[in-house]
Amino acid sequence: MRLNILLLLTYLSLSFSAKAQEIIEIDYWQYAYKERISAIDKLITMFEAENPNIKVNHTTFAYAQYRTKVAAAVSAGEGPDIVQLFYGWLDDYLAGGILQPLSQQEFPTAEIDELYFPMVQNMKVDGEYYALPTAVRSLALFWNKKLFREAGLDPEKPPKTLDELLDHAKKLTKRDRAGNIIQVGMTLSPTGQDHNWWREVLTRQYGGKPYSNDGAKVLYDDQAGLDAFKFYSGLSTDHNVTVVDFMDKSEAAFRAGRAALHIDGSFLLGTFNRGGRRPLRLEWGVTELPRHNGIKSNYASYWVNGITTKAAGAKKQAAEKFLKFITSEEAMQLWLDEVGELPARKAVAMQDSNKNHSTYGAFIRGLDYAVSTKFYSEAGQRQTVVDMLDRVVLTGMSAKESLAIAAREDQAIIDKALNK
Amino acid sequence: MSNNKGLTVGQKRAIWAWLFLVIPIVYFIIVRFYPTFDAFSMSFTDWNIIGERNYIGFDNYVTLFNDPVFWVVLGNTFEYLLFGIPISLLLSFTIAYYLDQIKFGHGLLRACYFVPFLTTAVAMAWVWRWFYQPVPIGIFNLALGELGILQMDFLRSTTQALPAVLMPAIWAGLGFQIIIFLAGIRSIPDSYYEAAKIDGAGDRQILWEITLPQLRATITFIVITSSIGFLRIFDQVYNMTQEGEGGPLNATRPLVIHIYKSAFEDFEMGMAAAQTVVLFTILMVITLLQLKVMKKDG
Repeated sequence: MRLNILLLLTYLSLSFSAKAQEIIEIDYWQYAYKERISAIDKLITMFEAENPNIKVNHTTFAYAQYRTKVAAAVSAGEGPDIVQLFYGWLDDYLAGGILQPLSQQEFPTAEIDELYFPMVQNMKVDGEYYALPTAVRSLALFWNKKLFREAGLDPEKPPKTLDELLDHAKKLTKRDRAGNIIQVGMTLSPTGQDHNWWREVLTRQYGGKPYSNDGAKVLYDDQAGLDAFKFYSGLSTDHNVTVVDFMDKSEAAFRAGRAALHIDGSFLLGTFNRGGRRPLRLEWGVTELPRHNGIKSNYASYWVNGITTKAAGAKKQAAEKFLKFITSEEAMQLWLDEVGELPARKAVAMQDSNKNHSTYGAFIRGLDYAVSTKFYSEAGQRQTVVDMLDRVVLTGMSAKESLAIAAREDQAIIDKALNK
Repeated sequence: MSNNKGLTVGQKRAIWAWLFLVIPIVYFIIVRFYPTFDAFSMSFTDWNIIGERNYIGFDNYVTLFNDPVFWVVLGNTFEYLLFGIPISLLLSFTIAYYLDQIKFGHGLLRACYFVPFLTTAVAMAWVWRWFYQPVPIGIFNLALGELGILQMDFLRSTTQALPAVLMPAIWAGLGFQIIIFLAGIRSIPDSYYEAAKIDGAGDRQILWEITLPQLRATITFIVITSSIGFLRIFDQVYNMTQEGEGGPLNATRPLVIHIYKSAFEDFEMGMAAAQTVVLFTILMVITLLQLKVMKKDG
C-alpha cells in the first residue's frame, strides 16, 4: 500500500516537473512611455533569466487609448494576465470584475501594510490587496536658479512657506511695457498637477480637509477651502504674478526659462534634465512643497500592477511570481534610476542616498506626509477645479460662489459613481 | 459551364458587377450600417464597456435633455455651423471667382489654397493654438503688441475662443471648396456669357443672373458637405483647447467632443450612443432640408 502511494507520488511529481519544463507565457500590459518600457524590458530579462520556464510578453499602448483598450480587451476575454492601472481606476476594475485578489501566501496583507507607504492601502479592499505599485509619485516645487539670481534672490534658497512663495513670485514676475506678463513668477495650471496641490495641500494647510475619510463627501466648501482657493486664484487675480496655462503648458514655460517657480511631479525630472547646452541649459533646483501655518502636506499618486481574472492555474502562479519580482526592492531601485519614479517600499525610498538625493530627495521626503485622493473620475474631478478657476479668472465670479459650484459638481460626480 | 447557358450577356454583366460590389457592400454593412443600428439600441442601455448591457428605456435621453451642459454644447455646435457656412462659402466663392479670371500664376495660387486641405488637422490645430497664445510666444498678440494694441485673450476667452477655433477649420476646408467652385464655374458653357455680352449685360448682372444660378448644384453640394463637416467638428477643438475639453468653461465644446468624452473618458457608452443618435438626427434633418430647398428653387 505504502509503496503504491510512494509510486503514485513519484509519478505525480515527475509529471508535474515535466509540465513545469513547458514554457508558460504571461502577458503584461502597460501604457507606452519610453523610460517605463525600457525599465520593464530590463526587469523582464532579469526575471526570465531567473525563471527560464516563464516567458513574459510585454505590450504597450499609447496612454490616450490605454484605458479603453484594456477595458475592451478584458471584457472580450483577450486581456493580459498582469495589467498596470492607475490607482484611481481600482473601483472601476473591481466593479468590472477585471482583477482578482493577490494570494495571502505570496502577498501577506500585514506585510504589505508594514513595508509600503501608507497610501498604498487604498489598494486594499476587505483586507485583501488587489494590486501593488512598483513606484509612487509625489509633488515638489521646482525653481529656476538663474531667474532667482537675476531678481536678486539667493539662488540656493527656495521659498519654504506660502508667504515666501508669494513674495518671491512677485519679485520674479516680469512684464513688458504694455503690462503684459512675459515671465511668470509662479505657474498656475490646474490641468497639470495644480489641482492636486489645491485639493490635498492648500485646503489642509488652511485648516480644512478636501473630502470625508471615505472620500464620499466633499468638505472643501467651507471657510478653510475658501481661504485656500483665494490664495490659489489670487496668484492671478489679486497679485498678478501668473497667467493661467502660461505658454500653453506650464512645464514648457518652466523648461523655457519663462517661469521661476513651478509645482509638478517627479516624472518631470527627466524632461528638465534632458538636453540643452549652456546657455540654454536650465539651472534648476527642486525642494519640498512650501508649508503654511506649520502644516506640511503632499499628494501622491501611483500606478499599480494587478492580476486579472483571466490568469488561472500555472499562469496565475507565474503572474504572481512576476508581480513579486517587479515589486521587489531591487526592481524599485532600478525603476527609480531608470524612470525617476519613487520606490513604493519605505525601506528603499528612505535609504540615505535616496532620501538626500539632490533631485529625488525632495519628492521622497514628501512621501512621508503625502495623501492620495480617492478619485471617482480623475478627469471629471480635475475639470471641476479647472472650471472653478476659470469662472473666477475669466468671468470675474466671486471665489465663494465659484467654490460652491465646484463643490456641487464634484459631489455630483462622486454620487453618480457611488450609485452605480 | 452549362449553368451559364441560359444567361444573356446583359445578365452575365450584371452578375459580375454584383460580384465586384459585394466586397464594398459587405464592408459597409459590417463597418458602417451594423454599428449605426447598434448605436440606436445601445442608446437605450446603461452599458459602460465592461459590464452587461441593461435596458433602461429613455433614461439616457431624459438625463441628456435635463443637462444644461448638453444645451450649451448643442448651441456651440450650431454656432460652428451658422458662422462657418456663410463665411467659408463667401470666401471660397470669391477666391474661386477671381482665380478663374487670372492666367498668370493660376496653378501656383490654386495649389497654395489647396495645401491646407492636405495638411493634417492635428498639426494645423497645434500651430494655430500657438498663434493664439498671449505674449511672449503668440504671433497674433506679438503683432498686436507691435501695433500698440492691447493683447487679446483668444483661446482663453469665453467669447473669442469659438471663433478662434473655427478659423483654422474654415481655412482647412477652403481649398476643397475653391476647387469645386472652380470646376463649377468652368463647366458653365461659354455661349451663355457670349450671349449675355451681346445683349449688353454688365459683370454684376452676369454674376447674379448666370454664374450663381448655374452654380446651384455646386453650392448645394458644398453647403451639404461643409454643414456635415462643421456639425462634426472635432480635431480643431480637441487639439486647440486644454486637455481637449472644449473649454474654457465649455465655450468651444461641440457635440462630437461631448460624445467622445462620454464614451472614452467616462465610459458611458449608452449615454454617448444617445448623443450620437441626436447628432445623427440633426445631420439627417439638415441634409434633407437642404436638398429639398435647393430642389424647389431649381
